[in-house]
Amino acid sequence: MSRGWKSIVLHAVLIAGGLLTLFPLLWMVSASFMSNGESTTFPPHLVPHAATLAQYKALFLRLNLGRAFLSSAIVAITVTLSSVLFGSMAGYAFAKLRFGGRERIFGILLIAIIVPPQVGMLPLFLLMKTLHLVNTYWGVIIPSMVTVFGIFLIRQFMLSVPQELLEAARIDGAGEFRIYWSVVMPLARPILATLATFMFMSTWNDFMWPLIILSNQSHHTLPVALANLLGEHVLDVELMMSGSVVTVLPVLILFLVLQRYYIAGLMVGSVKG
Amino acid sequence: MKNPESRAAFLFLTPAIVLLSIFFFAPVIAGFALSVTDFDLYTLGDVHNLRFVALRNYRELIGNPIFWTAFGNTMYFALVGGPLTVAVSLFAALLVNNKLTRWKALFRTVYFAPVVTTLVAVSVVFKYLYHPRFGIINLALGALHLPQPDWLGDPHFAMPAIILLAVWKGFGYTMIIFIAGLQTIPEELYEAARLDGAGAWGQFRHVTLPMLGPTFLFVGVVVAIGQLQIFAEPYVMTGGGPLNKTLTIVMMMYQQGFKFWRMGYAAAVAFILFLVIGAATLVQMRLGEKR
Repeated sequence: MSRGWKSIVLHAVLIAGGLLTLFPLLWMVSASFMSNGESTTFPPHLVPHAATLAQYKALFLRLNLGRAFLSSAIVAITVTLSSVLFGSMAGYAFAKLRFGGRERIFGILLIAIIVPPQVGMLPLFLLMKTLHLVNTYWGVIIPSMVTVFGIFLIRQFMLSVPQELLEAARIDGAGEFRIYWSVVMPLARPILATLATFMFMSTWNDFMWPLIILSNQSHHTLPVALANLLGEHVLDVELMMSGSVVTVLPVLILFLVLQRYYIAGLMVGSVKG
Repeated sequence: MKNPESRAAFLFLTPAIVLLSIFFFAPVIAGFALSVTDFDLYTLGDVHNLRFVALRNYRELIGNPIFWTAFGNTMYFALVGGPLTVAVSLFAALLVNNKLTRWKALFRTVYFAPVVTTLVAVSVVFKYLYHPRFGIINLALGALHLPQPDWLGDPHFAMPAIILLAVWKGFGYTMIIFIAGLQTIPEELYEAARLDGAGAWGQFRHVTLPMLGPTFLFVGVVVAIGQLQIFAEPYVMTGGGPLNKTLTIVMMMYQQGFKFWRMGYAAAVAFILFLVIGAATLVQMRLGEKR
């Protein structure tokens, strides 16, 4: 096969695969702009005949999905900020500060990466119940406020920060916190962006723990609200699609804008193996 | 603690260590302890009802056919879905990474997009795509005069349908890792293989595959760990049905623990999940060492 033909076949397969991959998402968006029942007509409509915002209006005005959106935003933003702060503090200490037992403590933390989170969920629920944090945002937030993955990610990056830089700052009389905040943190901006992107997306998409801890509708995050909505509105295809769009779109846009950082994080994660 | 550096380290580590100890390590250890008790709805009302039952929960689980169904379904999902995801993602990585490919970044982004979507939301989308009469999948199959199964309603098709969703959702992630692996293979190896008369398949078989060894190990472990924890897809799409054909280990843990409040029993399910994941990781590491 000549080079030209090879290239044509290759790109045909790539484009076909791309369309197949995007199809469910495109159909979701398209159906969300249809009026009731339009997506299940025969022959099928792939594109709405008269695009309408009726489904979105119903979601936000009648079904109060705006509240779930707000809940998701509150939880995801808080988790992102706190995991970046606490993760960077710990990652910095593990990479750059000398203290007894450093490697051993870090080694113990790494065990957490192979333990499935479900093992701790039952006692965690009982703990949250004791602390009166069931059905609160804090109940969702606290267990993710710092992650071993985040500490690991930051530590790997900080290892490459030259020790002389820190020594120079110490000689200039800077305190340890000042060195962390004014010298190290500005250098670490790319990896902080990576961790922030990761944490925001995984928290936004998280389902099982919010489902367990938020039994009351008033605090439901979007995935939990959507799963609940499906129970009552399984026949309202177009409405469910608009709910899916509202849930997926923020993370999809964030990914498109920040994919450089997101993919960098994947790479660091895979190097350890 | 005289050393200012260790004092600073102590302060920097305190929030992380305290949070992880209380909200991760302690619950994990307590989870194992919980699995040898009869913690249930009555205990939830009054802790004095709590009794040590040794391995009774485990014995009961092993004798419960529903547990073996959930176990088998989870294995089916992981052992078919896992390799399928790896195969599709390797294929995609080879295409995207090909020297002739233009718009590499665009294709990479498109194939990766499903990874960042919300699992619950795309499970809802696929539930409608799989609809036996109106779903686009069956309409397309009908147009090609192929059989149109009741995907999520047929015991034989429900798990394959969920596997297809999982492959679609997950292959982009492993594809990215394979692309990184492919880029570390020196071009000279391919040239040498070509001089030895190796065609495209020969180069793939004798250069690409062996050189990707460590990548395969990493990908295999990550995919297996993720797949064995499957929960949201069946929760949203099938509720574990039809005929428990999509009930999984984590789903059983959720139902027993948080629907029926049999938390001791559910903790035993969770511990078995932990063992299964640990075993899967070990097996893959051993296989990796052999090569």
